[in-house]
Amino acid sequence: MIRNSAPGSAGLVSTKYATIYEPPEALPLDSGEELSPVTLAYETYGELNHDRSNAILVCHALSGDAHAAGISADTGGMSAADVGFGAKSEGQVDRRQLGWWDNMIGPGKAFDTDRYFVVSSNIIGGCKGSTGPSSINPHTGRPYGLGFPVVTIGDMVRSQKRLLERLGVERLLSVSGGSMGGMQALQWAVAYPEAVRSCIPIATTARLSAQGIAFDEVMRQAIMADPYWNRGDYYDREQQPTVGLSIARMVGHITYLSDESMRNKFGRRLRDREKYGYHFQTDFEVESYLKHQGNSFIQRFDANSYLYITKAIDYFDLANGHGALANALSGVKARFLIISFSSDWLYPSYQSKEMARALRRLGVDVSDCEIPTSYGHDAFLLEEEAQTQMIAGFLAHNLARVRAENGAVAQ
Amino acid sequence: MSASNAVPVSARPAAPRPDLELIGSLVYEGASVLDLGCGDGTLMELLQATRGCRATGIEISEERVYAGIARGLSVHHGDLDAGLSDYPDRGYDYVILSQTLQAVRRPRALLREMLRVGRLGIVSVPNFGHWRVRWQLLHSGRMPKTRELPYEWYDTPNIHLATVRNFEDLCRVEGIEISRAVYLSGGRTIRFMPNLRADLALFVVRKAGLLAGHS
Repeated sequence: MIRNSAPGSAGLVSTKYATIYEPPEALPLDSGEELSPVTLAYETYGELNHDRSNAILVCHALSGDAHAAGISADTGGMSAADVGFGAKSEGQVDRRQLGWWDNMIGPGKAFDTDRYFVVSSNIIGGCKGSTGPSSINPHTGRPYGLGFPVVTIGDMVRSQKRLLERLGVERLLSVSGGSMGGMQALQWAVAYPEAVRSCIPIATTARLSAQGIAFDEVMRQAIMADPYWNRGDYYDREQQPTVGLSIARMVGHITYLSDESMRNKFGRRLRDREKYGYHFQTDFEVESYLKHQGNSFIQRFDANSYLYITKAIDYFDLANGHGALANALSGVKARFLIISFSSDWLYPSYQSKEMARALRRLGVDVSDCEIPTSYGHDAFLLEEEAQTQMIAGFLAHNLARVRAENGAVAQ
Repeated sequence: MSASNAVPVSARPAAPRPDLELIGSLVYEGASVLDLGCGDGTLMELLQATRGCRATGIEISEERVYAGIARGLSVHHGDLDAGLSDYPDRGYDYVILSQTLQAVRRPRALLREMLRVGRLGIVSVPNFGHWRVRWQLLHSGRMPKTRELPYEWYDTPNIHLATVRNFEDLCRVEGIEISRAVYLSGGRTIRFMPNLRADLALFVVRKAGLLAGHS
C-alpha cells in the first residue's frame, strides 16, 4: 500500500447514533436499576478487515465525546478539542472541528486508520448524543434530571460491549483511553477478558485516589450550590446553572495542569494591564485562562452530566467486590501497555506502577512507561511523540501475533 | 521539563556486543528470561527470535524503553537500584545482567535479588584486571579508558568496577556457584590467564547447593 510519509487526517467524519436497548429490553446497571432506551453516540475510522481482527476501541475522558479524530462534518456543535488541549490546528481547518485525539488517530498516526478499524464511543450519563440526564425520560416525557439512575464505569463499558457487537466486533485488538477513558479500558479488560487482546490504559488508575474524589466533590458542590441548578431540574428554564458549571470546570483545569506547566504558560503575567488593578476583576493571565475555559465549557456541557460522570469516576475501583486488586485482575487475558506521566498529580504515576506490579505478579505480559513531561494530567493529549512510538509498535506486534494465531487455527 | 533534563545513562556501550550472541547460545530453548538493564531490547529480541524465549526486561532510560516497547517487547520502566520486589521468587529460568552489574549502586544486593527471582543468572562484566587497564593506570597514572570502558572517570555510569577475581571472590562470599565462565578478548573466547587477558567475562551463576534443574 502506498502511504504518505507524513501522518494524515482521518478526514471528514460524522457522529453516528445507535439505540442499543429499547423497551422492553433494558441495560442492567450496577446500582440494581435498569435503563431503557439506551442510545450511544460513536464514530468509526478505518475499515474492519475480513477476519475482524483489527478493531480498536478508544474511550474518552470526562468531558470528551465520540468525535475523537478527523474533521467533524456536523455543524453547530463544538467538539471537545475546542477547550481541551488535544488537537492542534492543521492548515485551514477550524480547530474546533478536530477530534480530541486527532494527533493520535489517523493515517500513519499511533492508531493508524490505514491498518486498524478504530471505534470511538461516547458514554451513557453524558450529554454528547448518548442517553444521559438531559435525555427524555419515557415515563414522564420530560428530561430525566436527577431521575436519571447513577451510572458507573462498568455500566458505560457494558453498553459499549453491546455497541461493538452491533458493529460486528466480537474481539478487540486493543482498547485504549486516557484518564476516565483509561478506566474504561481497564474495565473492558477485566469484564470481558475473552474480548480484549490488548489494553493501553493511559494516565489512569485502578481506583481514584482520595485527592481525586475530593476535587470531584468540590466541582459537584459548585454546581449544586448554583441556585439555577434547581435540584437538577432546569432544562426547560431560561436560567441555567452556568456559574456553577464554569467554576467546576475551572477547578478541573487546575488539576489537569502542573505547577511547572502553569509557570511556563502564565507565570505571574498580567492580563491586558501593566500594573495591579486593586480590584476583583481579572488581573492575571492564569485567571483569564481559567475563566475562558469555564465560559466556553458551559456552551457545550450539561451540569447534570458533570455530576453523574464525576460520580462514576469516584466509584471506580477495580478491586471493588474482589477483595484485592490482584483478584480483580487475575482473569485478564490482554497484554498491557500502561503509560503514565511524571508531572500528573491527578492520576499520579505510582498508581500506574502499582497496577503494572499487580499484573506482573500475576504473570500478565505488561509493559509500563512513565513519560517525563511538565504538562501534568493533560499530557495524554499532548505528548504524542513518545506515545506514538510505543503505541504504534505495540499495536503492530499485537496484530501480527493475532494474525499468526488465526493462521495457525485455519491450518 | 525538569524530569527530562536528567538523561539516564545506560551502562551498555553502543559498540558491537560480543557477549549478546554468547548469552543467546547459553540460554536454553523456550526459557523464560528477565533482562535487567535491557537497553533497547536487542538481547531480548535475539533471545525471542533464535531461542523462542519468553523475555521481559527492565530499563531506566525512557528513550530505550520507548524503543523496546516499539519493538513489541515487554519492558518495565524502572530502576534496578529500587530492587526487584515486583518479581516473585523463582519467576524466571534466567535473569540476565549483561554489562549492567558494574553500573548499579548495590551490586551485591542485586546479585542476591537476581538469584531469588531466577533459577540461573547470567552476568557479564567488563574486566578491570585486563592488562591494558593495568598498564594505562601504571603508565599514565590516570583512570583507564578502553573499548569496554570508554568513559571519562567523571561521567562514567560504571561505578562498581571489578576484576574477574573480584567477582569470583564475591560469589564465594555470597554462596554463589559459578557453573560456567566464558572469557572474551576482542570478541574471541580465551582460556589462559583470563584475569589478565579477558576484556569481558561472562558467568552463569546459581545459588550453591540448590538444584537449578538445568545446567
